[in-house]
Amino acid sequence: MATNQKRVIVVGGGLAGLAAAVRVAEAGLDVDLFSLVPVKRSHSVCAQGGINACTEPVRQEGFSEWNHFDETLYGGDFLNHQPPVYEMTHWAPKIIDLMDRMGVPFNRTAEGNLDRRYFGGSLFRRTHFSGASTGQQLLYALDEQTRKYEAAGKVKKYEFWEFLWPVLDSSGACKGIVGQDIRTMEMRAFPADAVVMATGGCGLIFGKSTMSVICNGGAASRCYQAGAWLGNPEMIQVHPTAIPGEDKCRLMSESARGEGGRVWVPAVKDASGNWTPHPDAGRDPRQIPENERWYILEEKYPEYKNLVSRDVATREIFFTCRDGFGVGGGRMAYLDITHLPDETKNKLHAILEIYEKFTGDDPREVPMKIFPAVHYSMGGLYTVYTEEKRVPEANDESDGEPIFGMKHGAPNNMMTNVPGLYAFGEVNYAYHGATRLGANALLNCIFDGIFNGPSVANYVNGLDTAAADLDASVFDAVVEREKAKEKKLLGATGGENPYKLHEEMGNWMNDYCTVIRDAENLDKLMAKVQEWKRRYENVSLADTGMWTNQNLSFTRALGDMIIYAEAIVLASIDRKESRGCHYRPDYPERIDDPFLKTSLVKYDAAKNAPVLEFEDVPLPMVQPRERSYGKK
Amino acid sequence: MIAPNESTKTFRVKVKRQDTADSAPYWERFDVAYKPSMNVISVLQAIAMNPTTVDGKETTPPVFLSACLEEVCGSCTAVVNGQVCQMCSRLVDDLLKEGGEITIEPMTKFPVVRDLMVDRQRMFDNLEKIQGWVPIDGTTSLGPGPKETQDNQDIRYALSRCMTCGCCLEVCPQFTADNGFVGAQVISQVRYFNRHDTGAQLAGDRLDQMMEPGGIADCGNAQNCVKICPKEIPLTESIAEVGRTTTVHSIKKFFTGK
Repeated sequence: MATNQKRVIVVGGGLAGLAAAVRVAEAGLDVDLFSLVPVKRSHSVCAQGGINACTEPVRQEGFSEWNHFDETLYGGDFLNHQPPVYEMTHWAPKIIDLMDRMGVPFNRTAEGNLDRRYFGGSLFRRTHFSGASTGQQLLYALDEQTRKYEAAGKVKKYEFWEFLWPVLDSSGACKGIVGQDIRTMEMRAFPADAVVMATGGCGLIFGKSTMSVICNGGAASRCYQAGAWLGNPEMIQVHPTAIPGEDKCRLMSESARGEGGRVWVPAVKDASGNWTPHPDAGRDPRQIPENERWYILEEKYPEYKNLVSRDVATREIFFTCRDGFGVGGGRMAYLDITHLPDETKNKLHAILEIYEKFTGDDPREVPMKIFPAVHYSMGGLYTVYTEEKRVPEANDESDGEPIFGMKHGAPNNMMTNVPGLYAFGEVNYAYHGATRLGANALLNCIFDGIFNGPSVANYVNGLDTAAADLDASVFDAVVEREKAKEKKLLGATGGENPYKLHEEMGNWMNDYCTVIRDAENLDKLMAKVQEWKRRYENVSLADTGMWTNQNLSFTRALGDMIIYAEAIVLASIDRKESRGCHYRPDYPERIDDPFLKTSLVKYDAAKNAPVLEFEDVPLPMVQPRERSYGKK
Repeated sequence: MIAPNESTKTFRVKVKRQDTADSAPYWERFDVAYKPSMNVISVLQAIAMNPTTVDGKETTPPVFLSACLEEVCGSCTAVVNGQVCQMCSRLVDDLLKEGGEITIEPMTKFPVVRDLMVDRQRMFDNLEKIQGWVPIDGTTSLGPGPKETQDNQDIRYALSRCMTCGCCLEVCPQFTADNGFVGAQVISQVRYFNRHDTGAQLAGDRLDQMMEPGGIADCGNAQNCVKICPKEIPLTESIAEVGRTTTVHSIKKFFTGK
């Protein structure tokens, strides 16, 4: 008989983690919330543009939840799981209402209703926003609600605690975690009846990305090594517009284009009407006349123009620069908002301010210089759900055929293959397929927490015993293993510098496994991964103390990053087609037979190597169609 | 050679180190290779990669907090060349123009954990004290929130950009490491929540907090906060508005008892 209370652990305090913590606490369970940083500093703050939903005014402009569902699948090149996407897009208006009630300062119309803007991958104005820092505002609202539950004793925060490993019982079910206080270096186990991973993306594997430096994929990698599977790890979004920097690439939101910003490069038309690189491509862009500006996206995609999906815009910018059209002949294109009215520029203030602070140029006056950068992980931990067959709603275009949603409250919704271990938000692979549409990430995070929080509660309530009643040896064994790993790192003298090894990995991954994935380079990269795995055995630390040792935390995560990188590279090699963000010059077309499948990667612990298999993606509602965004 | 030396292209950085919360601080100097468009974070990253002082001593990488590196998370606050800032948006080219070594120190108003990392929990605790949330009836579907004018949204949006970095507190003469003053950050958040129709349900409780010792009466009107805020939040307007409403609230309370 249980003597202890049941509890839920949430790992990660971004939007998905906080939404989960709030929803599970509301369902009556106690929550322990773990985060590497104070939750208010999570990476969700970096999301700028907005959050998509078919709210009532958008519906009256001809949009529908079904359209949102369909364009999400089209954007994802049909690799998404349809029932979760159906449910997310149909819940989206409720999510907006909820965040509105929480006090998010959404931009308003003259009458005081929610304002909306255009965004990539859609011809409808369906993106709700709060200036150009929507993620920050949404995160703060959930941070506030979490604080309310914290004050009431329902949520206990463990900030500056790092997730080290999931604890599994003899049946393979997740019963807690081992964590470490990154200040005191105290390491211990925390029993829990379910664990929600909401740990975001893995940008740091690619060195410099638009992600926060805490987004290293280490937590996901640890779950993978403990037996959780990965889905589509190769699907890494490269955002078309970022400012390259020495320490990171800073995002210039899609909202700049949503509000009317234009992408162009300097060019001249030759006698036969073809664009050729501008002989003076480095001159002051303000002096370049209109007829010497090549608006690449507008010309090639007359319908979507600058609002094609991100993978498409990224490739166009990348190839245009490669062909010698870049600003000053280099790897830069212009993102131009100088022509917009002041009122519109004010809505973009937050990002214009960032650009000016980091480059010294005022983007209100001078076109911004941008280039694509790694931005988001569509892939991540593999999850399952319970499908629910229903009659179509009024606007569902299923020709009267039944639709398939996700059953609310089903205990396995967004659970990994490890019972009791869930994956919410960016770390969950299910929603975005091969490319995520702009302004669907914030929606996905909050939806996972709010819609699937009850699933976690139902799973926990259905268990006969509490994790805290398990024999202590289950937990001690994992702590001992983590302590041994730590001791080995602290004592290593091989001389390999972990920061330099990371820099090298980032450069290689960025060069060979992002926009263009060439077979020969992927093979070279895989050989490099094997080399990094060997060299990692020789890393040694500059800091061997046991007080706030960031050197140790980073180096431990580096090992996990290398293991995750191998899964990314393997899936990139074996997916012999081009789909969404995954572009193979040797297989430039999408090949549905046999690749309309999830690449499912399992970790073989004995061999310390990934094993890949493909799993069918069910297509219960929408059949794949050509995805060209109307390219001319 | 302090300014970027054309032959070696290095510049000198002085970092204040402190090994534990209660040990004595000390300085270490590093020569860092110059690259265009470096910020202070990339300086610390370069030092971490090669933690050797100018005297050739092998040391540990200085501990510092960082996350977003685009001045929106509030992690990397420190005192650089005597001025508190976010280290990500402080550019080396600008610092070199100031001449001398670049000095990097932890904030002084919060307890040091190690090196440049300080403990700012006090700021979050104060948010709990003022009930910094909108009291909604849970996450069930209950329709939209209250309508809001563009003017009010404008004001609230500016206030909501506060990233709890603590720059305003570092420069405030009234806020010290060991007193109870809440400072501009929290006063501005009182204004933020009280300006929302549902948030205002708790307005009286928040203003009660502002009347406590360490509340708004302790503000000395130095106005340093508003000048330093990296997000240009109108902090002195917030202090004035919360000051006025607190006065009205206290008079009302005197006469009505609630």
